[in-house]
Amino acid sequence: MTTSTALPPAPVPPVSPGQRSKKQVPHNVRTSRRAAWIFAPSLLVSFVFVYVFIGITVYISLSNWKIGTSPDLTLRQPFGGTYGEIIQEQRFQADIRNVVIFTIIFLVLAIFGGLIAALFIHHVSVGKGLFRTVFLLPYALSFIVTGVAWRWIFSPSTGVNEILRSIGIENPPGWTTDTTILGALNDPSGTDFLKVQFGIPVALLPIIFAAAWQLVGFAMAMYLAGLASIPEEHLEAASVDGANTWQRLRHIVLPQLWPSTITCFVLLLHVALKIFDLVVAMSGSGPGFVTDVPGIYIYNYLTSRYDKASAMAIILLLLTLAVIVPYLIRGYRKERKA
Amino acid sequence: MAVETLEASPSQPTPATRRRPGGLARKPRSWSLPKSLGGWIVLAVCAIATLGMLVPVYVIITTALSGSTGAPNFFLAFPDAPSLDAFKGAWTKLHGSLINSLQITIPAALISCLLGSINGYVLAKFPFRGSNALFTVLLVGMFIPFQAVIIPVFQFLNMLHLQGSIFGLIVVHVIYGIPITTLIFRNYYEGIPSAIVEAASIDGAGIWKTYLRVMIPLSAPGFVVAGIFQCTNIWNDFLFGFILASPAAWPATVTLNNLIGTTTVDYSELMAGAVLVALPTVVLYLVLGKFFVGGLTAGAVK
Repeated sequence: MTTSTALPPAPVPPVSPGQRSKKQVPHNVRTSRRAAWIFAPSLLVSFVFVYVFIGITVYISLSNWKIGTSPDLTLRQPFGGTYGEIIQEQRFQADIRNVVIFTIIFLVLAIFGGLIAALFIHHVSVGKGLFRTVFLLPYALSFIVTGVAWRWIFSPSTGVNEILRSIGIENPPGWTTDTTILGALNDPSGTDFLKVQFGIPVALLPIIFAAAWQLVGFAMAMYLAGLASIPEEHLEAASVDGANTWQRLRHIVLPQLWPSTITCFVLLLHVALKIFDLVVAMSGSGPGFVTDVPGIYIYNYLTSRYDKASAMAIILLLLTLAVIVPYLIRGYRKERKA
Repeated sequence: MAVETLEASPSQPTPATRRRPGGLARKPRSWSLPKSLGGWIVLAVCAIATLGMLVPVYVIITTALSGSTGAPNFFLAFPDAPSLDAFKGAWTKLHGSLINSLQITIPAALISCLLGSINGYVLAKFPFRGSNALFTVLLVGMFIPFQAVIIPVFQFLNMLHLQGSIFGLIVVHVIYGIPITTLIFRNYYEGIPSAIVEAASIDGAGIWKTYLRVMIPLSAPGFVVAGIFQCTNIWNDFLFGFILASPAAWPATVTLNNLIGTTTVDYSELMAGAVLVALPTVVLYLVLGKFFVGGLTAGAVK
């Protein structure tokens, strides 16, 4: 049984009633039926507040409901017109670009940063506890606290730009208010469907750094747990066979850290898609929606356009489920096999 | 679906060395200085990276200490005359919502832990046909973007006349906290030998009696892990407070965000406020770090 965060002892996998193991309570049908009734209320509440409420949101996104206080539950014609309306918006397209760029760079920084930090901290001879504590400290903070700190670090007049100017960079970037797009792939004319430049907005970089700073410790903790579960014997055997450090890392350590990587990838990806408070605290939508994200879009339209807010929320939900559902099903299947 | 709540496992002998987060106390801890050049390089890299990680923390604290003279002109500068003046202003603006946050966090964390404990016990010790599939269905609720349910939640609170209230926020946090606490407790209880439950049932104790007499006394570590995790999550929540709470019920995160203002930002007061908002969860983390990690790995599905 490989565990992604293999901290001993491995929990006993549950066994379905058909295959009783010695570990399992012998329980009769009556007991398990009563147990099911104990679990039922929580399940019912969750079902209503998650699945039914998502259903309601889907319906609102297809309706003509605009202002919260005056419900209009007629279906919009043509069907799904709100989705058609928003995907043509410059703001929507900017949001999708931003969330994609944010996610990619953030994942690379947090996962590689966490992996490298874990490899070093795992092998350090002194002060392991201190290093680990400091790396994980930001995780205990609210994104709002992280946001105000990094807002100050990247404030154009008094922040890192002071350092950039002192080393001779005349015009440092305006950071969260900078409208430059690095490596732009296209030149939108405004008449076509595409209304935004696809590339890396400079304004997103401070927000990405802040998010990576807050969550790199999470990745580190996952990898440290993975490293702790690698049997010493494997590494010793490899040394005896004459493998050098790099070969041991490549052929033994990294393959065994794969479960940790999958966990980090999925959990951090879903954090990245949902990013909201950090952006609110650091920049808001920014000029030309250069730092806008789906979360802020939805928030803004909650006061004027229920249909648009709901449509964007459903698009965001689908993106999240595309990542999470395969992961959960994989865990479920593994348990069945166990 | 494993949450390895490492310290929170009763079947584990207490090791002589103090266990640290990450379960890395495999080898006896040695406090020797590096013996090789490579060892020194590793230590140097760790030290430099750690200092780098501390820069934002340093920035928050020094700026908060810059007092009434206003924030320094350069973010790494240490204030000329450190003072606690900025904290006075921040406390005046924040103390009401800090109390709100406390009133939201403690009941919501307690109730969601209790529900999670009951669910986790049933799922771990009395699995029924389809319980795993239903549990997976429940877990999806942990990951959804809450914007996808926020309009119905808002309307639901209106219906019950709870809109904008602290009580309404508690209800919402409890409901959306059930999946994560269920997950933590289910995995924790799986680490408790089923023989104990069997013995109790042979003695004629039913599901509830076994829970109250046998499981609850063994549950302290599970409650600490789930409790810390939920307290941190709820205290740090912004989205629900921002959208659902009226100004009288604003949690501290929302009030702190409002200090940013629209035109000029008083950074020394803002950072002092950030210290006040961050302090409770940071203290929790520093004091109970090993349990904190147990909750941290809670989302990890095998």
